[in-house]
Amino acid sequence: MDMSTPMGHGPKMKLVMVGNGMAGVRTLEELLKLAPDLYDITVFGAEPHPNYNRILLSPVLAGEQTVDDIILNPTDWYADNAIHLHMGRKVVKIDRSARFVEAEDGTRAEYDRLLLATGSNPFMLPVPGADLEGVISFRDIADVDAMIRASSQYRHAVVIGGGLLGLEAANGLMKRGMDVTVVHIGPWLMERQLDEPAARLLQKSLEEKGMKFLLQKQTAELVKGDSGRVSAIRFKDGDSAPADLVVMAVGIRPNTELAESAGLHCNRGIVVNDTMQTFDPRIYSIGECAAHRGVAYGLVAPLFEQAKVCANHLAHYGIGRYQGSVTSTKLKVTGIDLFSAGDFIGGEGTESILYSDPIGGVYKKLVIKDNKLVGGVMYGDTVDGAWYFSLLRDGKNVSELRDHLMFGQDHCGNLGHQGINKAATMTDDMEVCGCNGVCKGDIVKAIREKGLFTLEDVRKHTKASSSCGSCTGLVEQILAVTAGGDYSAAPKTKSVCGCTDHTHEAVREAIRENKLLTIPQVMTFMEWRTPNGCASCRPALNYYLISTWPGEAEDDPQSRFINERAHANIQRDGSYSVIPRMWGGQTTPAELRRIADVAEKYAIPSVKVTGGQRIDLLGVKKEDLPKVWADLDMPSGHAYGKALRTVKTCVGSEWCRFGTQDSTQMGIDLEKMFFKMWAPHKVKLAVSGCPRNCAEVAIKDVGIIGVDSGWEIYVAGNGGIKTEVAQFLVKVKTADEVIEYSGAFLQLYREEARYLDRTVHYVERVGLDYVKKKILDDADNRRALYERLLFALSVERDPWVERAREGKLKHEFETVAA
Amino acid sequence: MNNWTDILDVNDIPKLGARVVRHGNLDIAVFRTADDEIFALEDRCPHKGGPLSQGIVHGRKVACPMHNWNIELDSGCAVAPDQGCAREFPIKVEGSRVWLDLSAVERVAA
Repeated sequence: MDMSTPMGHGPKMKLVMVGNGMAGVRTLEELLKLAPDLYDITVFGAEPHPNYNRILLSPVLAGEQTVDDIILNPTDWYADNAIHLHMGRKVVKIDRSARFVEAEDGTRAEYDRLLLATGSNPFMLPVPGADLEGVISFRDIADVDAMIRASSQYRHAVVIGGGLLGLEAANGLMKRGMDVTVVHIGPWLMERQLDEPAARLLQKSLEEKGMKFLLQKQTAELVKGDSGRVSAIRFKDGDSAPADLVVMAVGIRPNTELAESAGLHCNRGIVVNDTMQTFDPRIYSIGECAAHRGVAYGLVAPLFEQAKVCANHLAHYGIGRYQGSVTSTKLKVTGIDLFSAGDFIGGEGTESILYSDPIGGVYKKLVIKDNKLVGGVMYGDTVDGAWYFSLLRDGKNVSELRDHLMFGQDHCGNLGHQGINKAATMTDDMEVCGCNGVCKGDIVKAIREKGLFTLEDVRKHTKASSSCGSCTGLVEQILAVTAGGDYSAAPKTKSVCGCTDHTHEAVREAIRENKLLTIPQVMTFMEWRTPNGCASCRPALNYYLISTWPGEAEDDPQSRFINERAHANIQRDGSYSVIPRMWGGQTTPAELRRIADVAEKYAIPSVKVTGGQRIDLLGVKKEDLPKVWADLDMPSGHAYGKALRTVKTCVGSEWCRFGTQDSTQMGIDLEKMFFKMWAPHKVKLAVSGCPRNCAEVAIKDVGIIGVDSGWEIYVAGNGGIKTEVAQFLVKVKTADEVIEYSGAFLQLYREEARYLDRTVHYVERVGLDYVKKKILDDADNRRALYERLLFALSVERDPWVERAREGKLKHEFETVAA
Repeated sequence: MNNWTDILDVNDIPKLGARVVRHGNLDIAVFRTADDEIFALEDRCPHKGGPLSQGIVHGRKVACPMHNWNIELDSGCAVAPDQGCAREFPIKVEGSRVWLDLSAVERVAA
């Protein structure tokens, strides 16, 4: 078979897509981005509409949006992209040997590649009367139109199926003024997403809105009325209820009819591999009709993942595999807040944490197995849904979060959204993302205008939730309400960045095991996809190289973020700030005089005392930096680096009447010992001379508290975005021990943490017990770690001295006149 | 009329780096890729004016040091979905010397 590709000149290849829904059109959009001119594209859609957002049929039914609002790609879009669009034409035949498809009306299209995106069909109960007028499903715009028409003429509606779709239909019909009864075969509503207590709360609040429920009822027959239209529903137990409209929402089935008729292998969907190809390699399939590893997905995020992978292969890029998704659910009924994911029932070997406030209408249940969150259901307050979902997806060990897990991310130390937990109550001008100044209205607008569906999309377009991430829960809620997006995502493998699929750990191991010494070596060895990486991976690789092979791997300034290349902090106006080191926060009149002189001589506009007991000179011109450093004649403070920053101290026993130890000297000794230490992220230390803890050691990476009988060492504390109190590591007697234990901990972090992880993230990941095992239980290992740190530090020089006195990398600070 | 001016040597610019060339009040970032391609853009990110010369160069892009927008060196335009373009200037390499068309710079500065 000829599978070659006409690239460049000559006739274009022909791509035909059957099915004009969200997953399919998303694939075309991705494809057009990658290879706009590769294909001549033809699209067949059975419905007489362009691509619309099927998830938002519920709000259309409820009268909250119109059909026009939910159109994603107007017909202009197809025309602009030279796509031949056949609306209202159902394809009934694929001829795989002659390679064409044929629609009901005889329209034919030839293909080189065929994409089947036929979606799914509603399942209709095979009961007598199922074909009566007034019996419909809830699947497309025609169904919604039929429901809206019925609501203006008739009174009694029955929805069969108390799942997600059924409840949304019932809610919409109720809003249209109908008297709605939901018939459900199960003992409680939404049993695939909710446990019984949450379902009861949901039922109660829907009943308060006027919805009626008949649970554990099996439909026997739909009864024909005098007009020929359905008039009642009869159950197997003999009961009956009036029904002028019956909506069947008992499930969907992948639409495989066409694929099966063409002899393609189907098994609960059109079977596809990880590149979304069917058993005929010219034919791809994605969306609700496709069965990937035995699963046919029905939520947007996984389908869009599939679309991305499929487009990638259609574009001949040949990278990317779809590996399945973990999914979660939200119900789109205005005023009802509900979230569920994973195994929320639990069973053998699982434990549950419950929170129930029936009066307040809040219920939460988290299911834990082997110290990992495996599922959860939340009703009434779902702001932490995204957080729980990420814990679940990443398989994070939650043993240390257990105590406050139930109370959400706020209680685990995150700040940033002022305790607001309901996006629905926010007005458009209220700020959601405090880091990037993004208001709710901005996000809603971007979602509507740009057709965004996933958190990643929103982050890219609006920058909301893209910095510290503490507003993620709110953004997810806004997304769910506005576009019907969900939390689903492909399993996270934590690759270093988009340039590679390798994890941080794999990269570090390769560097260590194969003695890779330069960034190009790593990229060649690990088959990077880009010629020289990106602004995310290059700094990480540079750190991994110099920390693994100190003295042998050469530091690459072009792979350093500007602050670490210029050894000063870039400011918003392009000027720089300079913070000289003051050991342990101590200074002298002579140093202060030099600082004052420098500030005047170079007209430095701002002089500020920092939070780390030093002095910051702000607004220095880049070309002045080497001269400023020379005149200051003080060591680099590394305030610009992922490196040892400050060692904050109190005055200690030398002056303080409460002091039990000389904390100032201890701080100076620690700072001199670890000076010039590069790390995965910034590192801050503090030493207090007594338990009153004036140096605030509890929020430092390493915090030391002097007590009468020695020193207590705390690790992995954090201020900033994620406030986390440091954990007690060990108590030691001597100053030498303080330095050895602290050094060993820092070296462990340097060797094992992912780039840009603070100690708090690292210890959260590996657990404090692991750290204790490496440092406390194994004295040889502790000394070896400490020795390795000392060696790494021995080859580092003060970068300010090198640049101010020895002219290193002069070009960095010189402007060329022209 | 063109005003091609010899401004610096290719080797004055670090590979995967940039130099700032100043003409009057205007800063121009002159970039060098791994393959020694040379590009000149106004040293202002279309987002919030960050100095592009200070960013990390990768492939034929530079990541702005302020908020990490990626700018295409050949067009000066931001990589989607970000929008906006930094002004580009005509530049050429003869032997190892880099020449900038100052007339284009002056039209902007004026």
